[in-house]
Amino acid sequence: MSIALAPGFTEPVFDAQRVFRALMDATARPATVQPLATDLVPPAPLTPELAAVALALADHEAPLWLDAALAAVPAVAAYLRFHTGARVVETPDEAAFALVAEPDAMPPLGAFAVGTDEYPDRSTTVVMAVRTLAAGRGLACEGPGILDRADIAIAPLPGDFLAQRAANRALFPRGIDCLFVAPGSVAALPRTTQILPEG
Amino acid sequence: MYVAVKGGEAAIDNAHRLLAHARRGDPAVPEISPEQIGGQLKLAADRVMAEGSLYDRDLAALAIKQARGDLVEAIFLVRAYRTTLPRFGYSEPVDTAAMAVERRISATYKDLPGGQVLGPTFDYTHRLIDFLLAAGAAPPEPAEAAAGEGEPMARVTDLLDGEDLIEREVAPDGDTPVGDLTREPLDFPAERDLRLQALARGDEGFLLALGYSTQRGYGRTHPFVGEVRYGEVAVEFVPEELGFAVPLGTIDVTECQMINQFKGSAEVPPQFTRGYGLVFGQSERKAMAMSLVDRALRARDFGEEVTAPAQDEEFVLAHCDNVQATGFVEHLKLPHYVDFQAELDLVRRMRTEYAARRGEASEMKEAAE
Amino acid sequence: MSAAMRDDLPSPGATAGKETDAYNFAYLDEQTKRMIRRAILKAIAIPGYQVPFASREMPMPYGWGTGGVQVTAAVLGPEDVLKVIDQGSDDTTNAVSIRRFFAKTAGVETTTKTRAATVIQTRHRIPEEPLRDGQILVYQVPIPEPLRFLEPRETETRKLHALADYGLMHVKLYEDIARHGHIATTYAYPVEVAGRYVMDPSPTPKFDNPKMDMCAALQLFGAGREKRIYAVPPHTRVRSLDFEDHPFRIQTFKQPCALCGAEGVYLDEVVLDDRGGRMFVCSDTDFCEERRAAGHQGMMVDPGASDPSPEGEGGSRRKARDGWGEARHAARAGKRAAPSDGLRPPPPPYGGGSSDLPSDTAAEKREVVAKDKAGETR
Repeated sequence: MSIALAPGFTEPVFDAQRVFRALMDATARPATVQPLATDLVPPAPLTPELAAVALALADHEAPLWLDAALAAVPAVAAYLRFHTGARVVETPDEAAFALVAEPDAMPPLGAFAVGTDEYPDRSTTVVMAVRTLAAGRGLACEGPGILDRADIAIAPLPGDFLAQRAANRALFPRGIDCLFVAPGSVAALPRTTQILPEG
Repeated sequence: MYVAVKGGEAAIDNAHRLLAHARRGDPAVPEISPEQIGGQLKLAADRVMAEGSLYDRDLAALAIKQARGDLVEAIFLVRAYRTTLPRFGYSEPVDTAAMAVERRISATYKDLPGGQVLGPTFDYTHRLIDFLLAAGAAPPEPAEAAAGEGEPMARVTDLLDGEDLIEREVAPDGDTPVGDLTREPLDFPAERDLRLQALARGDEGFLLALGYSTQRGYGRTHPFVGEVRYGEVAVEFVPEELGFAVPLGTIDVTECQMINQFKGSAEVPPQFTRGYGLVFGQSERKAMAMSLVDRALRARDFGEEVTAPAQDEEFVLAHCDNVQATGFVEHLKLPHYVDFQAELDLVRRMRTEYAARRGEASEMKEAAE
Repeated sequence: MSAAMRDDLPSPGATAGKETDAYNFAYLDEQTKRMIRRAILKAIAIPGYQVPFASREMPMPYGWGTGGVQVTAAVLGPEDVLKVIDQGSDDTTNAVSIRRFFAKTAGVETTTKTRAATVIQTRHRIPEEPLRDGQILVYQVPIPEPLRFLEPRETETRKLHALADYGLMHVKLYEDIARHGHIATTYAYPVEVAGRYVMDPSPTPKFDNPKMDMCAALQLFGAGREKRIYAVPPHTRVRSLDFEDHPFRIQTFKQPCALCGAEGVYLDEVVLDDRGGRMFVCSDTDFCEERRAAGHQGMMVDPGASDPSPEGEGGSRRKARDGWGEARHAARAGKRAAPSDGLRPPPPPYGGGSSDLPSDTAAEKREVVAKDKAGETR
C-alpha cells in the first residue's frame, strides 16, 4: 500500500482512557449523548469517532468487522490493523466490535454474535456512525441506567430498527449492545434498554 | 476519650523500615548476596522460578533475599514482576529428547540406551546432619564423566511408543493456539494445555499431597516412573520477520514421564497411559507430583469415574496456586470489623430472643404448677 | 508490524513519578487495561452478570483488593480524584496502602471526602453520604459468586445463572428462618439486579444494601483472584432477596454515634476496657469528621454509660434524611404511575426474575436520620 498511514492517538495512554470513559458513561447512561473528543484523522469513510472507539478497545484479542462501505476502502483496514493489531474478520459474528459507516445498509442485528445464556458477554458490540445524535424527540427509552425516561434522536438508523431491537431485547441476557457515534459525541443503547412504542 | 486511629501512613512506613532491619539480621555477620543464594541455595531459587513461572535465577535469588527466605513470598514477588513484562511472542516447544542430561533414571527398565544417570541427587544420601558443612569444609572433587555422557538420550516413553504399548500423544498442529491462563480467564472444563500450565505454576506442597493421595487410593492410577530427567534444553523462537527458528539460550528443566495402567475399551486396545510433569530447574518432587495429578485429572478422557479430589479439575485448578491461596488465607487478617459487627448484632439479638423464650417457658411452667 | 504499536512498554509521557518510571500510568499495561475496559462495558450492559476477565497478578496479595485495584486502574484518568476506604474508613492500613499505590503510579489527586471524589474504591462499606451522578464506586470483591457456598462448582453455578434458577438461594434463606427465626445473613446479603441476576454485593453489611438500589453513581465490582467483573448501572433496581412473611430488614443501632451524634448510620463497636465498657462510633470516618467539623457532638461521656447492645432490626421509625431517602424515592414514585401500595416492585423488566417474592420493603424503610438537620453536609 502506497498511502502513508495516518497517525494514531497523540497520547496513547490518556487518549484511550478518555475515549473509554466517554463510552463507559454512555453505556452506563443509555440514550444520553456524551462528548467524545478526538483529533484522529483516519482514512474516510472511517470517521474519527469510529476510529477512536477501535483504537481504544480493539486489539489482537478483540477482532473488528467492517461494514461494506468501510471494507470497500483498503486503507481503512490497513489503518485499523496497524494501530490496533486487531484481526479484521469477514463474518460479523466473529467480531468483538463491528464498525458501521452506513447504518441504513448494515446487516440485521441477528447477524452478529449475541453470546450464550451462560456467556452473554461473548457478543458483538455494534458501533454505528450517524449524522444526527441529540437529546430530544426520537426514541423514548427506559431501562437500567435511565432514571425515568430518556429521549434521543438518532439518524440514520437501520430499517425496522425498532423491531430488531425488540427482538434483541427478548434474547436477554444475550444480545447486541449498540453504540452510536457522531462528530464529537457518542451514545449507547445497551441490550437492556427498552425502546418504548411511539405515542 | 476515643481518638480515631490516624497515622496509618506513618505506621506502614515504620513497619517497612523495621522489616528492612530484620531482613539484614545481625550486622556483625556478612550480608548474603543473591549470587550466593542462586548458587548455594539453588533448589530454593529453582522452586521460585518454577512457581513464579519466570525463568530468571538471579531475579529468583534476589526475591528470596527480599522475602527473607519465605519462598511463597518470593514466588509472589516474581509473579508481580512477571506480569509487567512485555511479551514478544511464544517459543517453539522445547525438545526434551535433545536434553543435555545431567540426571536420568527410569524405574521401568533396568537398563536402557543412555543408561541410568544418578547425577546430583539426595537419593541414597543418609540423612545425617553433616557438621562439616557448618565448618565450611571443601567438597571432594566430582568424578570424571566417562566418554559419551551428555549425548542425547531417547525418552523411555518413545521406546514404548515404538511398540504401540502406550497411548499416542499427537501434538496439535502448529495453528492450534496453546492456552495461557495468565492471559485469559480459566474456563471449565479446561483442556490439558491449561491444566498442565496451572500445575507447572502450582504449589509444590499442594501437588505433592494430591499426588500422594492418588497413591493411597483416592483416584488410583497405577503409576510407574517411566523416566525422570534433569538437564539443559535449548529454547528457540521464530521471529515473524525471519520465519525460521533462532536459539535464545538454554534452560534447566526437570521432566517426569509417568506410565499408568489403562485397561482399554471396545475401541482402544489395552495400552499404558501417560501422566506428565515439567518444571523449571531441578525439582523431581514437583515434576513427579505434577505427573501424578496430571494423570488423575485425565479421568474424563478415559471414562473413569471422578471420585477423588485429585481427579476433580475445578477443585485442583482453583486451589493449586499458592499466590492466590496465600493472599486469600492471609487477607483474613485485614480488618473485618464491619462484618463482624453485623454478626455480633445478629447473635446478640438471637440470644435475647432465646432468653425471652426460656423466660416465657419457665413462667408457663410455674403457672401450670 | 502492528504488534509493535500494541507493545506493553510504557510510553515516556505516560509515567507518573520518578520511583515508578518503569511502570505505565496506573501500573497496568495498555493491553491489560483494554481487556478490563471491554469487560467493564459488558458488565454494565448486563447488570449483575459476572464477566470473566484475565485478572493480572498485582503487586499486592490476592484477596487484598486486586480486583478493585485493576478496575480502578482501568477507569482512572489524570483528572480523577480518588478516595479509598476499607471498613468505611480512609485510615485503615489497607486503604492507606491502596491510596498510596495510585498516588504513586498514577499521580492522581486523592481525597478522604466522599463528595470530592470522582472514583471511590471501597472494601466492605458504602459511604453514608449519598453518591451522586458521575461518581464511580468500585467494590473489592473476595467471592463474587452469590451461589458459591451453596454450590461450589463454577460449571454448575454458571448454568443456574443462565437459567435464572435461584431456588437454591431461596431455600438457603428459608432454612435460616426455620432454624434461627431470621435470615441469618448479615453481610454479603444477596441482591437481585434489574429483575434478573442474583448478585453478591461484596461483604458489605446488609445495612448498605438499600443504598445500592437506584443509586445515582455507577457501581463496579472487581474480583481479582476469582477473575470476575460485574456492575450495576446508575438508577437500577437492586432488590435484597426476602420473603412476604420475612421482609428484608437492615440493622439499626440503639444509640447515636458517640462522637458526632449521627443516627441511622452504621456504627463500629469500640471496646474500651475488659469490663464490658464500649462505645459506638461511625464506621464512615469522613462522614463523622464532617459532622464534627460542623459542630455536632456525640455523648462521648463516660464510656461505661453507653449501652452495649444494638437494638436489632426494624428501622421503620426513622425520619428521612434527604439524600438516599427522599429524592430517590420521589423519583421512583414519579416513574411508576400508580403503585398499588407504594411498596411492590414493578414486574421484572426481563424474564426470569421470580415475581413470587415480596417487595423490598426495607429499601423504602431505610431512611437515614441525622440527629440535627443543621449539620447536614450536602
